[in-house]
Amino acid sequence: MKKSKIIMVLGAFLLLSLFVFPLWNITLEAPQYPEPIGMDIWINKIADHNPNDIQNINLMNHYVGMKEIPEHMPEFDIFPIVIGAMSLIGMIIGLIGKKSLYITWFVVMSILGTAGMYDFYAWEYEYGHNLNPKAAIKFTDENGNPLAYQPPLIGNKTILNFKAKSWPMTGAYLMFIGMGLSVVAFYVDKKEEANS
Amino acid sequence: MKLTKYLFAAALAGVALSFTSCDNAKKESKGALGGNLAERSFVAPGEHDEFYGFISGGFSGQLSVIGLPSGRIFKVIPVFSVDGEKAYGFNEETKPMLNTSYGFIPWDDSHHPDISQTNGVLDGRWVFINANNTPRIARISLETFETVEIIEIPNSAGNHSSSYVTDNTEYVIAGTRFGVPVPQRDMPINEYKGNFKGALSFLKVDPETGQMDLSFQIMMPGFNYDKAHPGRGKSHGWFFYTTYNTEEAHTLLEVNASQNDKDYIAAINWKKIEEFVANGGGTKMKTKYAHNIYSDETHMATSTMKTEVLTVDPKDVPGAIYFLPTPKSPHGCDVDPSGEYIVGSGKLSANLTVHSFTKMLDAIENEKFAGDAYGIPILNFEDILAGTVVQPGLGPLHTEFDGKGNAYTTFFISSEVVKWKLGTWEVIDRKPTYYSVGHLMIPGGNSQKPFGKYLVAMNKITKDRYLPTGPEVTQSAQLYDITGEKMELLLDFPTVGEPHYAAGIPADLVAPHSKKYFKLEDNKHPYATLSEKDAKVVRDGNTVHIYMTMIRSHFAPDNIEGIQEGDRVYFHVTNLEQDYDVPHGISMIGAQTSELLIMPGQTETFVWEAKNQGVWPFYCTDFCSALHQEMQGYVRVSPKGSDVPLKWSLDDE
Repeated sequence: MKKSKIIMVLGAFLLLSLFVFPLWNITLEAPQYPEPIGMDIWINKIADHNPNDIQNINLMNHYVGMKEIPEHMPEFDIFPIVIGAMSLIGMIIGLIGKKSLYITWFVVMSILGTAGMYDFYAWEYEYGHNLNPKAAIKFTDENGNPLAYQPPLIGNKTILNFKAKSWPMTGAYLMFIGMGLSVVAFYVDKKEEANS
Repeated sequence: MKLTKYLFAAALAGVALSFTSCDNAKKESKGALGGNLAERSFVAPGEHDEFYGFISGGFSGQLSVIGLPSGRIFKVIPVFSVDGEKAYGFNEETKPMLNTSYGFIPWDDSHHPDISQTNGVLDGRWVFINANNTPRIARISLETFETVEIIEIPNSAGNHSSSYVTDNTEYVIAGTRFGVPVPQRDMPINEYKGNFKGALSFLKVDPETGQMDLSFQIMMPGFNYDKAHPGRGKSHGWFFYTTYNTEEAHTLLEVNASQNDKDYIAAINWKKIEEFVANGGGTKMKTKYAHNIYSDETHMATSTMKTEVLTVDPKDVPGAIYFLPTPKSPHGCDVDPSGEYIVGSGKLSANLTVHSFTKMLDAIENEKFAGDAYGIPILNFEDILAGTVVQPGLGPLHTEFDGKGNAYTTFFISSEVVKWKLGTWEVIDRKPTYYSVGHLMIPGGNSQKPFGKYLVAMNKITKDRYLPTGPEVTQSAQLYDITGEKMELLLDFPTVGEPHYAAGIPADLVAPHSKKYFKLEDNKHPYATLSEKDAKVVRDGNTVHIYMTMIRSHFAPDNIEGIQEGDRVYFHVTNLEQDYDVPHGISMIGAQTSELLIMPGQTETFVWEAKNQGVWPFYCTDFCSALHQEMQGYVRVSPKGSDVPLKWSLDDE
């Protein structure tokens, strides 16, 4: 088998790691939490980083009126299908061995990834802004507008006494590598064509 | 002119010199304030101590947990006395812990903590401690730092030569200080001699669970068994007990029990007796003693009354017990880490006596006996003597070891700690204590592997040493650095109650196993409420059970109606938190008991008698969160027979 084909199949295969590893992590740090509390975002669930973290995040957030972190979202049904399908398609493409399809797969993945990130952002926005009007504690910014508690899409952000950190986890990195491999496959294939 | 200048300068220099020398003198006398001594016991904010210390509370009945070298106190573990702060002995779950054959007892006198060992080395799993007054042995878990088991010792009184563990925690022992009639009966006190007994109890410890079982009691002559120490290493398999009142006096003991020139150290080959018992030896005797066990799953204690004990008559096991003559009412009985030397602190003797285990075995082998007492062979003092520390001080009490060939003995009367060398018996150093030291402790200092960095001396009297607090002043401990040739006093610190013995252990052997919270899913309490939706109120005649939950920052339910005058109301409260250091408390106006202080995942119960109609509040007693002050609720009490229905709610739902 051509090297490019193997690389493409491997790249598409790496997407399946999202079933094994979490995609993203949001961690909250504060002096009272010498062991920070965090949640791991998977393609099919949001899970405790350490036992009971989500309960403890919910407990804190309820004071400012934030909703509980959902146990189920429609995305949890859709994402596994999309990822599974894209992985399968990618592997088939790899076996077919057509380099234009490699790059097409990469572009589709990038679009889907961007859509996913937008969806994530939209949830975070909703989560941080849609507050219970009966909340015990209501903070406002200097303009008198209610304070929002939206965690960062990626990076670190200070929210009241917490430092919120939002970063990709193993699953996301392996997915990025997988996508990268499809581009590598494209160039390797090109080279192989030139050499033959 | 010049001359006067010189003179003036010289005078100044003189003044300066005198100031310096004055400073030096101050440094000498100020002890810990001089040089870098203060730094050596200073643990910076946020830093952790190197050692845990477990100091007995004496007449407080408790066990305090401190850090060394800082002397800071972390927790007072309730053991033999009730504790309103932690609801120990007040909530329904822990009341059985203080049950005895005499019924519920709210107090005792705790004495000698000892940490469990494996291969003669501290393993940091449990601490054992004895109750002196109503004889009991308790086991404290070093995962939860709570008392998890208490077993009563029958046929015993003044449970003082207790609670020490053998090299592999095969046994924890308990010895009687008082001779008493066995079984107890009505008889003239002055017929003590020859009739009273001294029971030495051996409690088997389950190697997995730590659970104790009273295996057998050796019915010794009615001497007073004062202190004890297991053999270590080469003497593993033996136990040594000091005795006083071998005169068997029954009155004015201060005189009548101080007549014999020598009392004994009883040497007991417990392996031999264990074997005797395993082969069906011993006599079963009817008795009554309580065995109380606390479960971290049901979060409650159960008390079982046992009715039988196996007794062993020394005459039935020849070759298992010997008496080692030891001068003048020996108190402390301490065995060095190698197991060779047995130090007997004759508290009325000018010298310190050290017996040799090898010589003892040799004398036994060659049957060199000086006679017998009640059939128990007495060895010759000269045959077994390893050496004598000559005139080391006045009133020797206890000895610990540093693992480097040195021994440290406390002297009550001359109020000092004396360091001396094993083998040469020479005194190396002596340091005063303030005042009248009793026990001393070196972490691991009674095991095969001492951690010979610090020594803690525990004093009986403080007088002017601290700010006065009325007639009753604090008890105290003193920390010495023992890494050098000479001991250095680093720190004084107050203690809770009267410190008798203490036990110390490197923090890294214990801290990593310290439990953070109880898992809610493992809660097997019969009245547990595992979620808010399960909260309810159930009436059963005049008794009402409230199944309540607590989580930041509310109770569920927090409004309860339909309680009637004369009702006995049980609050079964479960803390739903699953995070470290988020306990909640609860108490109710007029409750004739303590608060509950409930750890995450735990359920506890208190009883409230509804005496008067009205609307009565309850609230969270432990500042738990920003809205702690809002964590409160009401119980409505209606007249007896009222038609107000039983109902409960949170947020009117």
